[in-house]
Amino acid sequence: MKNLMFALAFSAFLVGCGTTVPLSDVPVSDATANPVSGAAGANGGSGVNGSGVVPVDLGQSGSLANMPAAKRTVYFDYDSFVIKPEYQALISENARLIMGQAGRKVAIEGHTDETGGREYNLALGQKRAEAVAGALTVLGVSRNQVEAVSFGKEKPAVLGNDEAAYSQNRRAEIRYQ
Amino acid sequence: MNRHLFSRLSDVFRVLGLGLILLVSLPALAQFRVEVSGVGLTQVPISIAPFKGQSGSIQKISAIVQADLERSGQFRTVNASHGALDETSLPDLSVFRQAGSDALVSGSVTTLSDGRLDVRFRLWDVVKAQDLGGQSFAVAAADARLAAHRVADYVYEKLTGDKGAFSTRIAYVTKSGQRHQLWVADSDGENAQSALASPEPIISPAWSPDGNQLAYVSFESRKPVIYVHNVGSGKRRLIANFKGSNSAPAWSPDGKTLAVTLSRDGGSQLFLLSAAGGEPRRLIQSSSIDTEPVFSPDGRSIFFVSDRGGSPQIYKVGINGQGVERVTFTGTYNISPAISQDGRWMAYISRLGGAFKLHLMEIDSGNVRALADTSADESPSFAPNSKLVVYATQFQGKEALMTTTLDGKVKARLNGQNGDIREPHWGPFLN
Repeated sequence: MKNLMFALAFSAFLVGCGTTVPLSDVPVSDATANPVSGAAGANGGSGVNGSGVVPVDLGQSGSLANMPAAKRTVYFDYDSFVIKPEYQALISENARLIMGQAGRKVAIEGHTDETGGREYNLALGQKRAEAVAGALTVLGVSRNQVEAVSFGKEKPAVLGNDEAAYSQNRRAEIRYQ
Repeated sequence: MNRHLFSRLSDVFRVLGLGLILLVSLPALAQFRVEVSGVGLTQVPISIAPFKGQSGSIQKISAIVQADLERSGQFRTVNASHGALDETSLPDLSVFRQAGSDALVSGSVTTLSDGRLDVRFRLWDVVKAQDLGGQSFAVAAADARLAAHRVADYVYEKLTGDKGAFSTRIAYVTKSGQRHQLWVADSDGENAQSALASPEPIISPAWSPDGNQLAYVSFESRKPVIYVHNVGSGKRRLIANFKGSNSAPAWSPDGKTLAVTLSRDGGSQLFLLSAAGGEPRRLIQSSSIDTEPVFSPDGRSIFFVSDRGGSPQIYKVGINGQGVERVTFTGTYNISPAISQDGRWMAYISRLGGAFKLHLMEIDSGNVRALADTSADESPSFAPNSKLVVYATQFQGKEALMTTTLDGKVKARLNGQNGDIREPHWGPFLN
């Protein structure tokens, strides 16, 4: 039942996102959005008696949370935060998945290689994260769903002091929360 | 009568124990590394007699005093053959004069009936045959090292005219496997006490001006946020957890304000935040990276790093956000400024080729010199007397902390915890 309501709400959201929706249709999408607030009310306990339990399954969309790193990681060139063309498909696919779940929060985690200062690398990683977050919002993802953060050089994916390791560490990971 | 008996007994112990003392103190000396390079160093030759009574103690007061003074670069120790000495002795100074010594420290350690240690010492000017005074401290047994650092502070100030900074504290971070720890240690890296342990990284610890609190960046909530942590009580306050990254905390000299880097409005930008928390105020607005703020000691300006010119350089801006000036002009990568308390020096890291090296700028003249010949230097921080810099570097493939004099001629590796050791920040004078 709840899933159905979410599904309805999402279709309404997707329709609402379309640029061709005439202004006169707006009240209709408002009407379909009502069941969502109803569902939220149920979560809040208003429609459930004292002994009722509303199950919350954080693994509900496990297919997203467990998506392999390769499908949600964008790699960058040295000292660069420009998204290379080969990652456009990956970003589009993630944008589609994120837009499919309006309540889902997503962190974009920027990283750098291990050369240079910790705080400056934190700022560089932030630029990478913001580049990916920006690309997602251009494709229609809500800014409220996405948070760009940085780990700088603190959490390398690969250990090592050579370019092979460094190139694996200059990255931004899309992490579904 | 009793005192005579006691001193005679301890004389016997000393004679018997002398060989033992030397053996026992060897490992401590081996750990302690001071590297002296260059010529033309003017160092005060000094003799430090073993403190009477210290043979029974784990902490050898005279060895700690000696290590402190040598690490400062202002002293070299001279060994002379002499009988047992303490702060009450009238030493035969000609022995020390002949050995080439200009000064002598003698003293004693006694365990009081309540378990505390009574540390006493006297400083002699060997050349003028003058008593330069002495002190006594009764300290908890666990604070024997602190007492030794205070002896070194006294000697340093009497003989150089500058305040000693040995009885101060250094914060640093270690990483061992997946365990990250924030430590508070003596200025020589010893006596480290864990302030925080976390499965996630901790960076950028910064002492409050009163020496009671540390601000730092923790990744424990899977993003960088800023805490202020009272090291005495262990109480922590989350003071910056805005959308995006929160990092690079720096205290104003009055302790009321923190300069921080926030990305909440997009980009890494500088803000001022009350130490009590609350809404941040933007310091400057740019479309570039602005980070690593540090206050000038007069509190009127902030040094920071920005890539607004195309590469990271150090800039300076008024506390009102007006009048941005570029400070570094040589090289294409200059980061991590630290300003000495006397306002005269800026230590920072400059990339040369592929190497990251500690540099020192005399702020007024803009003159720059390299202080280190290592290649992965990070995070410099001045001693509160502006005479030494502590920094992180790589030593034999491991992270290590070093101190250096401002002429780069005397360096010492600080002892610390196992694992990688990084992010040093030297605390203020205490008391």
